[in-house]
Amino acid sequence: MAPALVLFYILAFLCVGGAVAMVTSNNPVRSALSLVISFLSLAAFYITLDAQFIAAVQVVVYAGAIMVLFLFVIMLLNLGAPEVVKKTRSFLPLATTLLAIIFPMVLFGFGVFAGLDGPTPSGASKLGTVGAVGRTLYSPTLPWLLPFEATSVLLLVAVVGAIVLARRKA
Amino acid sequence: MPKSLLASWDHLRDSIYNAFILPRYFHGVDLSHLVPYLALIGIFGFSLSILPFLIWIERVALGLVQDRTGPNRVGPRGLLQPSADVLKLFFKEDFQPKSVDKRLYYIAPFLTVMIALSAGAVLPLANITFRLPNGTLQNVPLMVANVNIGLLYMLAASSLGVYGIVLAGWASNNKYSLIGGLRAAAQVISYELAMGLALLCVVVQAGTVNLGGIVYAQDTLPFGLTWLPPFLKGSVFSWFWLQSLIVPVILYTIAMIAETNRAPFDLPEAESELVAGFHTEYSAMKFAAFFAGEYINMLAVCALNAAVFWGGWLPPFNCFPFTFIPGFVWFILKIMSGICLYVWLRGTLPRLRYDALMNLGWKKMLPIALIWLFVLAGYSLIRQIPVHLAGVHYTQAAMLSGGK
Repeated sequence: MAPALVLFYILAFLCVGGAVAMVTSNNPVRSALSLVISFLSLAAFYITLDAQFIAAVQVVVYAGAIMVLFLFVIMLLNLGAPEVVKKTRSFLPLATTLLAIIFPMVLFGFGVFAGLDGPTPSGASKLGTVGAVGRTLYSPTLPWLLPFEATSVLLLVAVVGAIVLARRKA
Repeated sequence: MPKSLLASWDHLRDSIYNAFILPRYFHGVDLSHLVPYLALIGIFGFSLSILPFLIWIERVALGLVQDRTGPNRVGPRGLLQPSADVLKLFFKEDFQPKSVDKRLYYIAPFLTVMIALSAGAVLPLANITFRLPNGTLQNVPLMVANVNIGLLYMLAASSLGVYGIVLAGWASNNKYSLIGGLRAAAQVISYELAMGLALLCVVVQAGTVNLGGIVYAQDTLPFGLTWLPPFLKGSVFSWFWLQSLIVPVILYTIAMIAETNRAPFDLPEAESELVAGFHTEYSAMKFAAFFAGEYINMLAVCALNAAVFWGGWLPPFNCFPFTFIPGFVWFILKIMSGICLYVWLRGTLPRLRYDALMNLGWKKMLPIALIWLFVLAGYSLIRQIPVHLAGVHYTQAAMLSGGK
């Protein structure tokens, strides 16, 4: 196997393993940490694709800011006590197993896994650098400027809304 | 002065200057491939060997500030006190409380050290000049990873660094520890914004996120005034603390102290309220790991400050006595003055109240940083206009030939 492929499998294992552990763990803090591992291995994936900027943003925004905020809320609400979820008889394990078998088959059916062993597309190597992302987002000739600004206005509205709601209560 | 003496002086000066220029190929080995390894040794060697000295500096300086003798028992002027401390911590009983979350309790201190050390990977320690076989000179920054996202990598490392503290606070299963960890998380998230915006002010002007490139961008005449004498090229007046008009460096310096949880922002370990905060339940080498992590973090943010705002390896003036001191010496001097600032502030300022801390971060520093980013973006646009009119392409990329 090529070294790149070995790296891919290690990262894939970490990423999927982290996601699975996030769902299955009973302890909220451990759940959040598993998600952090998943995010970090995603960032490593971006680096293997030469998308350094996307990788850095993935770490700074998701692993660094959002997950710290998650942990903050979990600790603030003191959800930390393990075994909060009572183990009851349910269809959950059965449903999980069935889905874990059916979902990849559906993906196979749609041809998602086809051509995975081929070379990385040549255009991809320059897509994720600082300059490339900036030029794509802000170029007046490309159609992404307006959606991007609209999204930021939407986020601003959300922030203002949160402040208004918090003030009304106080 | 007689002419022959003058000539020999010139010769001496040239030979010293040439000692800093290495041939690119030495016995068939491409020396530029060895640069990352040299930087790796430099980062690890420097940050780990300077640690005891930092602790000593802090104790002596605090002793001076507080009008005490300071360390004076072990070694001359207490120089061996840190080694004695490490020895003590090494042989101390490693007590582990009963109800901790074992795995996270063990991981947390070492996570702190690991992330703090990894931040050094993108720091440019010095400039290495290679002479190519055809006689042209090539400048390469001495750094482990010459990547295009250096600054973002540093921000990522500093934002991940808080995990060690938060996990320690949570895994200890102690209310004081938990509150300490919570405070650390809130503080780091709040001050990261102002820190990032202050650094962005420089990125706007330098036109690159590569830290080596940012230092090269400071190696110009102040404010692009071409009529200034050449000894001012890359001098103290052309570094970004002045070129970004002073405000960003103040914001960054405040934010970096808050990010590393040091006094006057040391609320996560406020001893009068929280015993010892997040490391209350830690003893022996695990406590030492937190201690080391904190100091390495301080070194990392001071190094970023030195590289981004204070010219990295550049000497304060581009003329005789300064240029003969190697670049890494200047870099270390700049880092150490940052550390001295830390100790000075710790000795003189009282700890902030929690609401004052949040007020400062969100209501003062963040708006100022935003406004300043706006001002500087406009300013650097205006500065580019004459260059464009003259038909010269403003390409910082040309300076970055060393980068990938």
